[in-house]
Amino acid sequence: MSVKYNPFSLEGKAILVTGASSGIGMAVALESSKCGASLFITGRDKERLERTFNSLDGLGHSKIIADLTDEVDLDNLISAVPSLDGIVFSAGITMAVPFKFITKEKLNHIFNLNFNSAAVMTQRLLQNKLIKREASIVFISSISGVYCSSPGASIYSASKGAINGLAKGLALDLSHTLIRVNTVCPGMVETNIYGSGQITEEQLEEDRKRYPLKRYGKPEEVAFAVIYLLSDASKWVTGSNLLIDGGFTLL
Amino acid sequence: MEVKKFVENFAAQFEESDLSAFSPETKFRDLEEWSSFTALSIIAMVDEIYNVKITGDDIRKSNTVKDIFNIMELKMQ
Repeated sequence: MSVKYNPFSLEGKAILVTGASSGIGMAVALESSKCGASLFITGRDKERLERTFNSLDGLGHSKIIADLTDEVDLDNLISAVPSLDGIVFSAGITMAVPFKFITKEKLNHIFNLNFNSAAVMTQRLLQNKLIKREASIVFISSISGVYCSSPGASIYSASKGAINGLAKGLALDLSHTLIRVNTVCPGMVETNIYGSGQITEEQLEEDRKRYPLKRYGKPEEVAFAVIYLLSDASKWVTGSNLLIDGGFTLL
Repeated sequence: MEVKKFVENFAAQFEESDLSAFSPETKFRDLEEWSSFTALSIIAMVDEIYNVKITGDDIRKSNTVKDIFNIMELKMQ
């Protein structure tokens, strides 16, 4: 066996990653570049996106600042992206708010970014023939809304459940082009998604202990699953949800 | 800003404890019904009614209802 044998190689693949300025999206971009992909990364925060961009391995990458919920930004992005072999939707937000306090504005805020932007962007990319035959689309979903939920997470869960429904329908609709559509469903990952402060560090520490593998995930541990789904190793995998949760949903 | 009204809004986040159980000096953590979910409800109530963003840490370092009220007033300025 050749020392170069690597069924998970992304060599020669052009991959778009949203939400690449932090957390899981950033790890997906970095790890994919190490596996040989040319990255097209997008995010809202100029400085942080720049930081991800400068850390990418190899050459031939591009970046564009975009708020995916903004029509003009989306137009600019669509006209700038190359023909793609892979797309990873990692842009997302959460909000810990008891259901009794949800408002139409909060619903729209979460759904616009977590669900609508990914759905609309996929449609626009397809319409503009920017997704190659046999490409792979990966949505970063969650255990929340698919397998379980947590207090105050009803809207977030709903938006992630919606993503999983979308992925199934899309997988069928695109099967004649051999484009594959899958989701990755992580448990809590060490990112700053709870940075807005409703949840305290003490509460997070308690929560970590509830995981059979005794900790939250690392962003790159989710990225490795995404790489599998982007690579030719998963050519016969579509419509699936890959659970990565340190055993959390076993209990 | 009226403390009395705040105490009422605070008490409204509890399902079983009666309003009479609440005063500005109430040590909310001693109430049987108190939980991390009540904390989330208090944060959401302050955001909705007073348009102020308090954090889980603000609640953690408070002991009485008045403590939270004071933090909220500071953040309003």
